[in-house]
Amino acid sequence: MRPVSVAEIESLAIGAWILGTGGGGSPYLALLNMRRLYRDGVVVRLMDPMDLADDDLVAIVSNMGAPLVGQERLTDPRTIERAVRMMEEYLGRRFAAVMSLEIGGGNSIQPFMAAAMLGLPVVDGDCMGRAFPEAQMTSFAIHDLQMYPLTLVDVRHNAVVVARAASWKWMERLSRKACVEVGSIASTCKAPRTGKEVKECGILYSTSKAIRLGETVQSARKLHRDAVQAVIEAEGGRLMFRGKIRDVARRTTEGFLRGTAKLDGLDDFRGQSFELAFQNEFAVGWLDGRPRVMTPDLICVLDSVSGEAIGTEALRYGQRVSVIALPAPPVLLTPKGLEHVGPRAFGYDLEFRSVFA
Amino acid sequence: MKRRIGIDVGGTNTDAVYLEDTRVVHAVKTPTTRDVTSGVTEALRRLLQAGAPVSVDAVMIGTTHFTNAVVQRRDLTRVAAIRIGLPSGASLEPFIDWPEDLAALVRGEVVMLEGGHEFDGRPLVPLDTAGVRAAARRIRAAGLTSIGVASVFSPLNAACELETAAILREECPDAAVTMSHQLGRIGLLERENATLLNAALVGLARTTTRAFTDALAASGIRAPLYLTQNDGTVMLASVAEAFPVYGFASGPTNSMRGAAFLSKLTDALVIDVGGTTTDIGSLRHGFPREANNVVEIGGVRTLFRMPDLLSIGLGGGSLVARAPLSVGPRSVGYRLVEEGLVFGGNELTATDVAVAAGLVGLGDRRRVASLPAEVVTGAIARIHAMIEESVDRMKTDAGDEPLIAVGGGCFLVPERIAGISEVIHVEHQAVANAVGAAIAQVSGEVDRIFQDLSRDEAIARARQLAETQAASAGADPRTLTTVEVEDLPLAYLPGNSLRVRVRVVGEIR
Repeated sequence: MRPVSVAEIESLAIGAWILGTGGGGSPYLALLNMRRLYRDGVVVRLMDPMDLADDDLVAIVSNMGAPLVGQERLTDPRTIERAVRMMEEYLGRRFAAVMSLEIGGGNSIQPFMAAAMLGLPVVDGDCMGRAFPEAQMTSFAIHDLQMYPLTLVDVRHNAVVVARAASWKWMERLSRKACVEVGSIASTCKAPRTGKEVKECGILYSTSKAIRLGETVQSARKLHRDAVQAVIEAEGGRLMFRGKIRDVARRTTEGFLRGTAKLDGLDDFRGQSFELAFQNEFAVGWLDGRPRVMTPDLICVLDSVSGEAIGTEALRYGQRVSVIALPAPPVLLTPKGLEHVGPRAFGYDLEFRSVFA
Repeated sequence: MKRRIGIDVGGTNTDAVYLEDTRVVHAVKTPTTRDVTSGVTEALRRLLQAGAPVSVDAVMIGTTHFTNAVVQRRDLTRVAAIRIGLPSGASLEPFIDWPEDLAALVRGEVVMLEGGHEFDGRPLVPLDTAGVRAAARRIRAAGLTSIGVASVFSPLNAACELETAAILREECPDAAVTMSHQLGRIGLLERENATLLNAALVGLARTTTRAFTDALAASGIRAPLYLTQNDGTVMLASVAEAFPVYGFASGPTNSMRGAAFLSKLTDALVIDVGGTTTDIGSLRHGFPREANNVVEIGGVRTLFRMPDLLSIGLGGGSLVARAPLSVGPRSVGYRLVEEGLVFGGNELTATDVAVAAGLVGLGDRRRVASLPAEVVTGAIARIHAMIEESVDRMKTDAGDEPLIAVGGGCFLVPERIAGISEVIHVEHQAVANAVGAAIAQVSGEVDRIFQDLSRDEAIARARQLAETQAASAGADPRTLTTVEVEDLPLAYLPGNSLRVRVRVVGEIR
């Protein structure tokens, strides 16, 4: 257990935004909340998952909804706190720690917001190792752990407990419907996990990994090194494409932001084109019409100059971007993992081939 | 042949150029005056005297006035901020991520009220109209004359902002109201920031724009007056005065486009040293490299499309303090020619130390002959260090790049800078901004909701409307190109609704 500095939370925000693979929402607003909490004297502690007792209870927290909505309905630590408290009331038990559902995007900082309000430590880890759009796309779901109960709260004192669900897909459908009804943004506390479950089925140490990734970008910028290249080197990634955005099409369905972005090549990729499909996060990339990279490999779109990640909702005509791939956590690459998070899980009839294979 | 006059009103100098097509025919430089009008009048008079005709196609004015006001923290109006959206977003109130000194000057009343909309157009909660009325009375009692209103999802449904503005007009009839939906873009905090900055500047914008109109009328030139915008295009002055933030980065955009035009280089760093500020940007393919997403202005986050720039408070008019040694950010600005030592004044400025060091010949050098050598070398070293550090911060390549130095104060730029292959000076470099203003294009923009059309049809329709608008604003229809297309689907509205924003630009007719 160690205290986390506000500088580390700043780095976490940068790293998590890259691991968000275009989704998860920008961590900026969550970061503003944390700066404010730290100014008021709060210090959040980070806990090694191996220090959890087997029967400790861990709250898995996340903000749920469309990133676009999160830019207007600004996140507030009291909402995520209420989701956790409501779960404690429902269970009649207290949590020992909180943990992130997804380390990608703003949800990387939600457990810190909850922890700051609740006085609990944050477990170093998550259950996606990146960001994904749906509840069944977690390492816990891949390990067939129980998916209920779930609490969902809205700023207007609307609150829902999903007491039971027949499957992870059902949990997703039930909670998603509630989320869309309250305006496609809600704070949730997912099915509680025991210390044993976290240790055996979680994606461990992804919080400190995101902090390191952020520090890599910060240090490259400071030294005027190519930040995109620094990320590729530090994380064992691959450059997929470098170009300029020619067209972006988006549509909102069932609370998701779906769409495509088309890119024209620059530098070594001049004369080539790239197309990205997203469902909150980038799901598949095609080079000159042929599938080049697909989920669960992490597809990250970075500003070619600053190395800053660009979210699917912030893609704009004319931006100069680099598309990179980063390796996914091994559990996602198993046959069972691919059922949950492979290209077919997103509606693409493609046989998964990792760019790292 | 196209005949255009471009004018740049900087904090220190007012520059004017007369262009025939792509040729700079006449260029003049005069000091900016206290009232702005007489400086512009004088610049136009000299331009006509030099041989420019009174019959021109357009007069384009670009100004750094509004940016300078924010950077220097002056001429700002204290504003009331009304945020509508509770119970959402309560922990992040208006002005949350502003630099403390700027917030201290601009922040008047801060009011957060219930209201706002969902992404699909439903109300979030009903607007607290009683709260609006009570706030309006408090604002009036506090003597505030400018109000910024931002409501959750107002770009999709402006009802709460419009209703609030109506109440404010009843309760505070003399106050100027900026509504965030007029400044577009999803992203509450950034849109609200732009709204509050606009509100802090509308007073200055109104007096400044009217001064320009008067100056043009006095010169005898009859031509439409345009103000230049952030993206290198122009807007009719009468429209532009309510939206000073649209012209925020127009000075640097003009100077960079002017630098590209004059140097014929398309890829380089550009440093524009004015009288009060220095801007450093990067030219890529002849256009300023744009910042992605978020642009900070005076330390405040906004969502405008703007050139990626670093602005520092250094220029020819920057005040030099001796003990302890410091340069800027305070500047004598347009009063340089009265207050600078070499011009007979009593203030020690960056220009004075540059004259003393033999970097430039201006005014009366004898008046700085008695300056202690350590003050001169110390101040020059400090200025060079400020420029080197800033150039280094804007560099994105480890390799050497050329640097185009423009602006009236470009003699402050050292000839050798680490990481710079060559410092390039161009003809008319001192009036690059005015050249950039003169070559500015006319744009047309449409932002509306289309129903029951496919995406392609909706975009085509929007493009057609934008082209008509650009043509009626004075663009040559044959030169129109689409520079921006953005579409945002609106779920749960009847009939497959799509919000489309299209922007086209073209050469002035």
